Amino acid sequence: MVSALSIKDLKVRLGNRTILEDVNAEITPGEFIGIFGPNGAGKSTLVGALLGLCPIRSGTVELFGQPPGKTNAEIGYMPQSRASLESTALSARSLVAAVQEGTRWGVPWNSRSARDSVDRAITLAGANEYADRPFSILSGGEKQRITLAQSLLGNPRLLILDEPLASLDPKNQMRLVERVSHVRQETGATILFIAHDVNPLLGTMDRILYVAGGTAQLGSVDEIMTSESLSRLYGTSIDVIRAQGRLFVVAAEGHVTESARHD
Amino acid sequence: MIDKLLEYLRYDFVQNALAAGSLAAILGAVVGYFVIIRNVSFAAHALAHIGFTGATGAILFGLAPLQGMLAISTVAGAIMGLSGNRLERSELAVGMVLSIALGIGTLFLALEKGFAGSATAILFGDIFGVSKTQILQTVVLALASLGALAVFSRRLLFASIQPDLGRSRGLSLAGLSCSFMIILAISVTLVSQVVGILLVFTLVIGPAGIAARLCRSFWSSIGVSIIIALCAVWIGILLACVTNWPPSFWITAILFAVYIFTEAFCRFVLRLDR
Repeated sequence: MVSALSIKDLKVRLGNRTILEDVNAEITPGEFIGIFGPNGAGKSTLVGALLGLCPIRSGTVELFGQPPGKTNAEIGYMPQSRASLESTALSARSLVAAVQEGTRWGVPWNSRSARDSVDRAITLAGANEYADRPFSILSGGEKQRITLAQSLLGNPRLLILDEPLASLDPKNQMRLVERVSHVRQETGATILFIAHDVNPLLGTMDRILYVAGGTAQLGSVDEIMTSESLSRLYGTSIDVIRAQGRLFVVAAEGHVTESARHD
Repeated sequence: MIDKLLEYLRYDFVQNALAAGSLAAILGAVVGYFVIIRNVSFAAHALAHIGFTGATGAILFGLAPLQGMLAISTVAGAIMGLSGNRLERSELAVGMVLSIALGIGTLFLALEKGFAGSATAILFGDIFGVSKTQILQTVVLALASLGALAVFSRRLLFASIQPDLGRSRGLSLAGLSCSFMIILAISVTLVSQVVGILLVFTLVIGPAGIAARLCRSFWSSIGVSIIIALCAVWIGILLACVTNWPPSFWITAILFAVYIFTEAFCRFVLRLDR
């Protein structure tokens, strides 16, 4: 079976700075991968490389056997940014409809079958209840579901979710993770889920891709989330503390890194 | 009363005003909706002011103000468009450019000497002074702009709602932004013939902004925006005939009244604000 994502000796440079090198990963279709790492470690750059938006210096990246940029129609990308539609009454459903086949020429008129696809994506994202309300008055968690629905259009085989948990409270974080897990079960899509904190994804994700120290490492939670493994990756002494079934990443100097930022 | 209105409708200058006004209103209403969802109303406002330099410059060199304004706003729009999504964040730059444009416009006006009347027409509109040639230009430009929008509005809407996803699907954000800003520059120029440079905001942002407050779908927003704009222009022009007050006053007054009513309706009936 062809890998959903195959990265070999990837090196990415932006300007004259090396952002990532020696990245290797083989991800099979249907896997749920959590991507973690500190701010500025290169998570967004990695996503850019997968989407063909960041030039690859050396090494290869293949998505379902194709180079980046060729398969973007099969990738559902959920960006961090959202439209700011304050003081407009435009419904959440209209926002999803605006993305449906949005790269076509012509006017934004959707056929019956296109509208059905929009409805299916909204149902899959679990956003039916409030899909006809104005987007601007929805809660943060509800807005994220709508953004998820947008990324689900076109039945993607790979979902890349860029920090969808940011600015959500723990309860809504849990709900969104459950929903993404549901999407995977329903569609069999491969999931790349970028997050700050490991804990909301424990028990849901299959493996971790940890980005730090200019490189990235793929492995099971037990392999990656150890003091030795993260210390090697960060190139400095890191302690992984387990407490009440949760994981906390603490630098030896005592500074608590992102993973412990748990509200 | 009705008889009197029908009599006015027989005058050439009233017919011309209604024709040019309607086209500008429709174009402004459609383009304005994209201005609202793209959050570039300040840029729209600035484009009109930058056009002032073009208009006064054209008079100085013996050309038609419309052409001068069209040329300079289109160029300014293209430059703004190329700066892409940074546009929202560059208010200082846009503000400074619009100030110097008005400054240069003032200089041109002073150099021309004795054309203060044309300044008033440019700033506050002179819809009853529209000539047959200007109407022809308005028809061509409005149809070309609406035609261009018909070709790429689906992509524009996608890129406006979810730019990063659009980029990942291969849309050129800078290209779309640039094309849109050129169309916006044309719309602003045409609308300024009706209500003048200083009041362009009313007809470009007003109807679309009000419609955006009320409507939940793209097409209903566009429809309501066009209806509001056309009503304001028609009623404004006819009231101006009857009262002999400037049409720009009536159009802004009507739109302001509709705006106040809409805000009250959203706040107290729909309870949209939390």
